[in-house]
Amino acid sequence: MSISLSRLTKRYGPNAVVDDVNVEIPEGSLTAILGPSGSGKSTLLKLIAGLEVPDEGRVIIEGDDVTDVDPRYRDIGFCFQHYAPFRHMNVSKNIGFGLRVRKQPKDVIDVKVRELLELVKLEDKANSYPAQLSGGERQRMALARALAIEPRVLLLDEPFGALDAIVRTELRHFVKELHQQIKVTTILVTHDQDEAMEVADQLLIMHAGKIEQAGEPTELYERPATEFVHSFLGPTTLFKGVAVRPHDLELMSPSVGTIEGVVTSIMELGFEIQVTVTLSDGSTPWVQMSRNEFRALGITESSPVSVRERVAP
Amino acid sequence: MKHTSRKWSLRVIVIGYLAVLVGLPVGYLFIKAFSHGLGAFWSEVTKPNAVAALKLSAEVALIAVPVNTVIGIGAALLLAKKKFFGSRALTLAFDIPVAVSPIIIGVALILAYSRIGWFGGWLSKNGITILFSPVGIVMATMAVSLPYVLRSVLPVLIEVGKDQEQAARTLGAGPFRTFWQITLPAIRWGVLYGVTLTIARTLGEFGAVLVVSGDITGKTQTLPIYIFAVWDQSYDTIGAFAGALVLASISIVALMILSSLRARERKLHVDLA
Amino acid sequence: MDLPANPSSSLLGAPPARNGWRRFAVRLRASSGAIGGGSLIVGYLSIIVLIPIAAVVAHGFSFSIHTDGWGAAFWHWHLSAGFGTFWSDVTQPAAISAIRLSLWLSLSVAAINAVMGIAIAWVLVRDSFHGKWFVEAFIDLPFALPTIVVGVVLLFLFGTQSPLHIDLFETWMGLMVALLFVTLPFSVRAVQPVLASLDGEAEAAAKSLGAGGLRTFVSVVLPSLWPAVLGGFGLAFARAIGEFGSISLIAGGIGRTTTASSYIYNLTQGFLWTNAAAVSTALLVLSLIVLIASNVFARRVQHRLAP
Repeated sequence: MSISLSRLTKRYGPNAVVDDVNVEIPEGSLTAILGPSGSGKSTLLKLIAGLEVPDEGRVIIEGDDVTDVDPRYRDIGFCFQHYAPFRHMNVSKNIGFGLRVRKQPKDVIDVKVRELLELVKLEDKANSYPAQLSGGERQRMALARALAIEPRVLLLDEPFGALDAIVRTELRHFVKELHQQIKVTTILVTHDQDEAMEVADQLLIMHAGKIEQAGEPTELYERPATEFVHSFLGPTTLFKGVAVRPHDLELMSPSVGTIEGVVTSIMELGFEIQVTVTLSDGSTPWVQMSRNEFRALGITESSPVSVRERVAP
Repeated sequence: MKHTSRKWSLRVIVIGYLAVLVGLPVGYLFIKAFSHGLGAFWSEVTKPNAVAALKLSAEVALIAVPVNTVIGIGAALLLAKKKFFGSRALTLAFDIPVAVSPIIIGVALILAYSRIGWFGGWLSKNGITILFSPVGIVMATMAVSLPYVLRSVLPVLIEVGKDQEQAARTLGAGPFRTFWQITLPAIRWGVLYGVTLTIARTLGEFGAVLVVSGDITGKTQTLPIYIFAVWDQSYDTIGAFAGALVLASISIVALMILSSLRARERKLHVDLA
Repeated sequence: MDLPANPSSSLLGAPPARNGWRRFAVRLRASSGAIGGGSLIVGYLSIIVLIPIAAVVAHGFSFSIHTDGWGAAFWHWHLSAGFGTFWSDVTQPAAISAIRLSLWLSLSVAAINAVMGIAIAWVLVRDSFHGKWFVEAFIDLPFALPTIVVGVVLLFLFGTQSPLHIDLFETWMGLMVALLFVTLPFSVRAVQPVLASLDGEAEAAAKSLGAGGLRTFVSVVLPSLWPAVLGGFGLAFARAIGEFGSISLIAGGIGRTTTASSYIYNLTQGFLWTNAAAVSTALLVLSLIVLIASNVFARRVQHRLAP
């Protein structure tokens, strides 16, 4: 196990921002900590980094108990949401900072910096200053800077939060590819579930300071352990009192053995149609289907229909 | 039409007010100082007493400015990090010299440390005199120029935020390296601004030094005191104006530095969006 | 790129620590720098500012401690308090007229510059013309110029030998000109940033509803400026009431134009320290009251604007 968190707790006043967290993070994995704002995920990351001190519990990195150890000695790389560039240094000096701290010889540093610049595709910005870079470039520089010291763990705190949508997607792929190449244990904090689902091999859902569920993304999506996880990871609707995915429901003409109801609204969203139905038991689930399906059904508003869960083929 | 005429009348009022209140005196200073020619000006400025006064002012500044700079940066670091008990009181204490008359500051120092004051007995037993001495002048100058570095560094420090320092920490930097290589460069314009203000204030202080100096003749004359003495005792117009011009020039240079710093800061804000 | 563990920075195998004490010790060590630095700063402040000010107030009330040598400072001291003398010192006719003069001068000057400060800030923020940068730098000039320089220049410019034939020597007008000069930057700089941060939307809305220029200014702009104006008023007042160097020359001899600071200075020249301390204390209290009042008003208006 690369990282072990046991009974980790951090309080601000009476509130436990991180509440009795117990988690094992496998070596070499790309783990996403996903949760809404205020769930404590950034604080958890900072506890792992040592930038915050826990009130209870222990942090163990590759077998070493680092709970009382200063961040300097934990061998971690950290990237911030707003990049935290050293504004008065150019890109090369930023990247080389950690190496200079470790008193590596100048020629060694130069070689490493050049390698990293290639890795993050910033070779032509070597002498530029952070103010001259775009947001995406600044974050790539931050990644190179963190990786320069060859950390055991790479921690990313909402690294794409301040970027616009296109750059965010590009950088998302970039981090995933980087991880394939370098295979350093990486933990990414985000509130964007698409991002988490796409990038991570392991997913931790956090809510109000606690880990609601941990596991592979598909597993969490298909078999959510709690209602919170279910609604956080994807579209949710209530059917027969149970939370289900709208695309796991299907409509048909009224028939025996199904719940009957009436179509109340139809929303066309590109290639998907969302149909909301009012059922005889009063509930109003919505069903998601393809255009072809919709056309085949031939329904309109107020059409009588039946709803049932799809059967796996 | 109405709009532009109002704009113009406001402009005229404002520029007129400034021209009379500020422009006139400054212009007059230059004219009068050179009214008897460049030669007379130069001979006044190079008189031994004048040079000695300038030297003393510079020496006092050399002590007061670095001390207040270190204290100001230290206090800014403390106040920016956490809101601890008494941080409000600390900020208030720093603002006292600005709100209090320099005469009162002089009186205060006398009543605390001179022979007639609280600690006077003990101090004079150990050979430290405040009244009539350079030590008193240094203390008075330190008191009146106290808050400028803190006031200009603190907002910059708060704006820079903690991220850069935390990043440096994760990269292995200890507290000293973090301060010298990361924090200080990030706040350097604030520091420069504060130091410039402190220098201007230090060289120009009059009231507090006057009280602490006791009388205005003798070897403990800073440049402002010298200017006053020259006028008060010999009604030497050119002498007074020459000294005044030297002092004013230093302040004007300081001003130019300050306004270019302010313009640069405005430009920086646009870049860092 | 391979990632071998980097020996120079890896953990030195810290033993598993218990919670509680060890954690407290770590935190204490981390903040020991702050505690040390903080003590140094507080110590410096005490020596330079706090103790002297306390000495003034104490002496004003004839509350004195006398020391005679090192050990004596702790063992041989006597206390005496003279509230009676404080009052008599302060209510001497000369003292009262000096304090009264300083008070009304400072209030008027702060008020005048409050108005002019708004006007100047308006032109600096909203207007643009050639050489505006020059005007901008000009504003700070009174702040940077040594007070004695101001005093000498004004004495000659508006004194008995004035080239403009304007003789303000030993007049209240002369004092006022000097005080307007030195307090100008405070009034302008207090208002300017606030004015600059207004985005003009509220004003545009008012204009679209039919309000004229002046009305828009009074009902839309002015209210948001009030806290800053009051703050600037307080600062200008505090500076004016304590001002010495720039007015001491044009004020001339002892008489109708003796301000509180000049009066105190004259007392020190006569070695009347207790009297000087008493009047200083009165002046300190006065400044404190006005400063606090303007701060309270500013905050109250601020709250009304953004509850």
